[in-house]
Amino acid sequence: MSDSSAAVVVVDYGLGNLRSVTRGLERAGADVTISEDPAAIHDADGVVLPGVGAFREGMDNAGPYRDALTEYAEAGRPLFGICLGMQMLLTTSEEAEREGQGDVEGLDLIPGRNVRFTDAEPIPQMGWNDLRVERDHSLVDGVDGNYAYFVHSYYAVPDDEAAVVAATEYDGERFASVVANEAGNVFGTQFHPEKSGETGLRILQNFVERCE
Amino acid sequence: MGSVVEVEPVDDPGQPKRTNAGHANVAVVTLTKRIIPCIDVDIDEDGEAAVYTGVNFEDLDYTGDPVEMAKKYNAAGADEFVFLDITASAEGRETMLDTVERVADEVFIPLTVGGGIRTREDVKETLRAGADKVSINSGAIANPELIEAGAAAFGSQCIVISVDARRRFDEAGEHYVEVDGESCWFECTVKGGREGTDLDVIEWAAEAEERGAGELFVNSIDADGTKEGYDIPLTRAVCETVSTPVIASSGCGGPEDMYEVFTEAGADAGLAASIFHYDEFGIGEVKSYLDERGVPVRV
Repeated sequence: MSDSSAAVVVVDYGLGNLRSVTRGLERAGADVTISEDPAAIHDADGVVLPGVGAFREGMDNAGPYRDALTEYAEAGRPLFGICLGMQMLLTTSEEAEREGQGDVEGLDLIPGRNVRFTDAEPIPQMGWNDLRVERDHSLVDGVDGNYAYFVHSYYAVPDDEAAVVAATEYDGERFASVVANEAGNVFGTQFHPEKSGETGLRILQNFVERCE
Repeated sequence: MGSVVEVEPVDDPGQPKRTNAGHANVAVVTLTKRIIPCIDVDIDEDGEAAVYTGVNFEDLDYTGDPVEMAKKYNAAGADEFVFLDITASAEGRETMLDTVERVADEVFIPLTVGGGIRTREDVKETLRAGADKVSINSGAIANPELIEAGAAAFGSQCIVISVDARRRFDEAGEHYVEVDGESCWFECTVKGGREGTDLDVIEWAAEAEERGAGELFVNSIDADGTKEGYDIPLTRAVCETVSTPVIASSGCGGPEDMYEVFTEAGADAGLAASIFHYDEFGIGEVKSYLDERGVPVRV
């Protein structure tokens, strides 16, 4: 690539406020496009799947992007899921079952499921908690032991333990706060990097550097 | 997870020291206690947003530009911001939304916005401007269904219910606490404490949680601006009633007041305005004080 600034597409599937994540990526040096067009994914140097809200609604809205995201990820290119966007990278979620919505399929790019906190309370976890890096990954360079901002009731349990890049403990319950696939190009954070101060900006910068 | 269990780094200069570890006076360390600067936003004579602080909800003093203030607090280690529109006018709302957008573009920590939010549309446009949470006070007392509507549409995590409590020493309350040997209850007030509602704060807190509020923001008309400490009996009574996080507000005069409200009342977050605005204490200074005494904070 002759242009040094990475073209990052933030997928706009209708959930949540994209302003902070867009500004955070721009600050990290990315050339950001918010897109409602699945075709835009094809030409991106990096893709961000944001998200707040419910798994079922998220997957319904993300439906039109499924093929484009799968093709993009299988080509080994960087795909970053944030919060619900990270949960959507997995195979399924207990949330839809609990809500009586049956088995809702996730993107299945990281095999595993999302479960609700069992003993920890109060739910949702809302606030600053710390990250323990468990495995090397460029996304978490320089942030081991730092705090990040979480708002969630469910978390990812990848089938393969090696998919856990960082773990966090909430009220005695340990969960995956950063996950990645085996190839390392599909990854996600349960916390919001765009709300996690300097630590979050560092993560966004690590991501953008990976895209360049 | 895995076979690696809690290895404390012995001597790694790259790691911040966890000075919370080893202190026993905070039962279970879960989330850090949050230190939240509050910024009151008004319109100055040129029609621009400006920050003011007051004493007992009156006598406002000009203290600066909200965006510059937010940047300063962010650099100092604030865990969140609260922005309150104190104009309660249509013009004020416009100015506020513009301010929220400018702050959200510069600062990457959670932002709560309150003041004059009365409808689902108000909630929506505030969140869209870049707020992560909205704080609703009299709008929810007037129309409690707004809590359900907001929580259903945007999630409980972004609906903060704010109360302006006032001590009353008569027989009209539901829940009484002992304060200096006298029995009192706490009344929800509106219009900055100028009007009573006869609604008991404890009853209302329970109802707000039931309806889907994600956090409670507890102000005290009695303590506001005094710098003599938070209203501990009030904050404790609310914390004992709800399981949602409680943000204590009003009366903070320094780090020891934060310490007291975390350890004696059980608050999850401490809010302060003037001690930070006038640089009487830095946010880092408050956090160091708490950290040294075993209160978990993000340092």
